[in-house]
Amino acid sequence: MKSRTPLIFFLFFCFMAITGIILGEPAEVYQKAVTICLSCIGIG
Amino acid sequence: MERLRHIVQLIFAFVANCRLYITPSNPIYKGPLKHVCFPGLNCYSCPATPWACPLGALQSAFAGLKKNLSMGKLNMGLYVLGSLGVVASLIGRMPCGWFCPFGLLQDLLFKIRLPKIRLWRPLSWGRYIALFILVIALPIFFTDKFGFGETWFCKYLCPAGTLEAGVPLLIMSPELRSAVGTLFLSKFTIMIFFLIWSMVTVRPFCRTLCPLGLILGFFNRVSWLRLNFNRKICVDCHACELICPTDVFFATGRDDINSTKCIRCFRCYALCPGGAVTIEFSSIMKGQVEDIEGCHCNQEQG
Repeated sequence: MKSRTPLIFFLFFCFMAITGIILGEPAEVYQKAVTICLSCIGIG
Repeated sequence: MERLRHIVQLIFAFVANCRLYITPSNPIYKGPLKHVCFPGLNCYSCPATPWACPLGALQSAFAGLKKNLSMGKLNMGLYVLGSLGVVASLIGRMPCGWFCPFGLLQDLLFKIRLPKIRLWRPLSWGRYIALFILVIALPIFFTDKFGFGETWFCKYLCPAGTLEAGVPLLIMSPELRSAVGTLFLSKFTIMIFFLIWSMVTVRPFCRTLCPLGLILGFFNRVSWLRLNFNRKICVDCHACELICPTDVFFATGRDDINSTKCIRCFRCYALCPGGAVTIEFSSIMKGQVEDIEGCHCNQEQG
């Protein structure tokens, strides 16, 4: 495996995460995470 | 090395569940840390956690994908996948061995003195089914009339969710107990099954069903931190095969040392009497691979 592969992967996923942040995805994660998902944990 | 790993596991288990002031009126943390995914399986409906679960967040993103695209929104879980990829491209599946609270629980249960059973290897294919069907395909394609899918893995399978969120919430909220039905009972049975199985087999959930472990495991061969096996100086003692918790048989050539199954516990590195197993860090600046074999003093230990 070429030694630059980790750097390429790291930069690619950094770019992906930053794109997600620009698109406002952390707010969606937050919205889901602060709600008790009753069906997800098998209640209700 | 093993003692250090257990200390790190305990620290991360606390970091993952460090919300100590919990009241029935305010069972879930709602602060800013919930924007961030913890790099391990830790249910975000758990009253003690201030973090989001990457697997739950990813499924939620996929479950809303069809609806988002129909509304012209490009939200498709890039943030969750990207942040998981950043961690995994650095250390591969090391979070499973060192950070995951559910992994720690399984490790502790395995310490109970009972007859031990090796895992039947084909069962590890269950991880692929869990990831590609329950986490990706069904949430994306099996949607209701409004275009929303379900978080299938969380809803029907995840024992960590039942243990960390379902059970504590039922204890804290008596009104929820009336809502318990067959779904919770089936999930509770799955949880008990895995907890009992963990007493006789090393990490059965991680090795048979955990989609998060599989996602991180895909990076084992390309991550900055990698294991290396030097066949030429292997003394064929097979200690690595006996000690490996996930049955990665690299000494016989059956598996790659950086297989998706490896949780990077580094037991093989610490125990190898010939020093044939080394930890490597890809040198990004120099464009070459350097290892830390110089720090490896197992020959003296052996």
